[in-house]
Amino acid sequence: MALLSNAAVLVGKEVRTEFRSRELLSTTIVFVLVVVVVFSFTFDPTSSESRRFGPGLLWMAFLFAASLMLQPCFLREQTADTLTALRLAVEDPFAIFLAKIAANTLFLLLMELLMLPVFAALFNVSFAAQLPAILLTFFLGSLGISVVGTALAAISAQARMRELLLPLLLLPLLTPVLVVSTEVTIRLMQAEPYLEWRGIGLMAAFDAVFLTVLWLFGEYFLEE
Amino acid sequence: MPAAQRSIGLQFDQVEKRYGSVYALRNLTFHIAPGECVALAGRNGSGKTTLLRVAARLVRPGRGTVSYSGADRNRRPAIGFVAHAPMVYEELTAEENLLFFARLQNVEHPAEQVGKLLAEVGLEDRRDSPVRTFSRGMRQRTAIARALLARPSLLLFDEPATGLDAESGFWLTDQVRKLRDSGCTIVMSLHGESELARLATRAVRLEAGGLIADTHRGAMFQSIFAGTAI
Repeated sequence: MALLSNAAVLVGKEVRTEFRSRELLSTTIVFVLVVVVVFSFTFDPTSSESRRFGPGLLWMAFLFAASLMLQPCFLREQTADTLTALRLAVEDPFAIFLAKIAANTLFLLLMELLMLPVFAALFNVSFAAQLPAILLTFFLGSLGISVVGTALAAISAQARMRELLLPLLLLPLLTPVLVVSTEVTIRLMQAEPYLEWRGIGLMAAFDAVFLTVLWLFGEYFLEE
Repeated sequence: MPAAQRSIGLQFDQVEKRYGSVYALRNLTFHIAPGECVALAGRNGSGKTTLLRVAARLVRPGRGTVSYSGADRNRRPAIGFVAHAPMVYEELTAEENLLFFARLQNVEHPAEQVGKLLAEVGLEDRRDSPVRTFSRGMRQRTAIARALLARPSLLLFDEPATGLDAESGFWLTDQVRKLRDSGCTIVMSLHGESELARLATRAVRLEAGGLIADTHRGAMFQSIFAGTAI
């Protein structure tokens, strides 16, 4: 119970500081917007081409935007050594991770939701009927990115060459969830769309495995 | 000042901490009794900060143990930590920062407690100002209020007076005196003999991670700080 109440207080702080500074959201939204616009004008794809490679492009843009978002999530705590104060204040250090994961997932989802209509308009893809399934896919994919990314952000924040280390570790570890997320999104954007439950199961399993790893070993990631 | 919870003692048993091949702490064994006010002296790199962080369980020793005596075994002891960095969020106001940390630590009646502490540290008028607009002295006041929120039974100060002007320095000394008199166990790392050092009931000197002198108030007390001023 203390874990959840601590995590809820921490999420409140994360959201408040982000909406006050708007550092992460504005950076990632601009980044994804530029990628989607540039690709749309460069390739000028037909509707069927968009359905085929659009989801891959979208998830690649989300991945790089996420790595921009994840990098500062622990670095910001180092400026005034607030991570020390957090570690002293919480009962269970996993609450810090849980809150960071929740906040990062929320910010990623928000950015993805804002980008969806832009993508639909520029790539001439219609998927309104599949919106709930797309939201579920985006949620599970973003959660996977956030869980792994938050853990690696904590590790890399204490390392030298931290700017290099996070993407270096993040990209190979996220490959499975990205491949599955892209596959599931492709099926949802086909002319005859359907939800691939096997893919959803794989994404949920990926998220559960890495959350468990973080729950078991997260405390060590925060140690100096 | 809020009264401390039952104060606790600290026991270091053969504590060792290495960063690569460099010893930050070397085979350290000593006891701090509940209610003691201990000044840690030593040159830069002598291991003072590492000792405080090990005491707060922020750093795990490579060898040896740190235990708290007189603490409730079923609860983690409340530890207040004040260092050079204020450990508060610059984007949030003083009140938002304190309320945030109060809620994290399940402080009863957080708004009331925060109001009292803000008045106590002299920041009542600036409660709605973001911390980024604060001077160094005001940030340190906020940091002290944060450290006192959960009525800690052990207070650790890591060079708390660094960068403070004379007025803020006197204020800090006054606060530490009140805390010491309320029975809180205090361990503070200091550079050179100062007003703060005079509050200590015991002084310990570290060199290269090892304990080289340990004395209670008396003839040797001042010599502990020799050559450590910056």
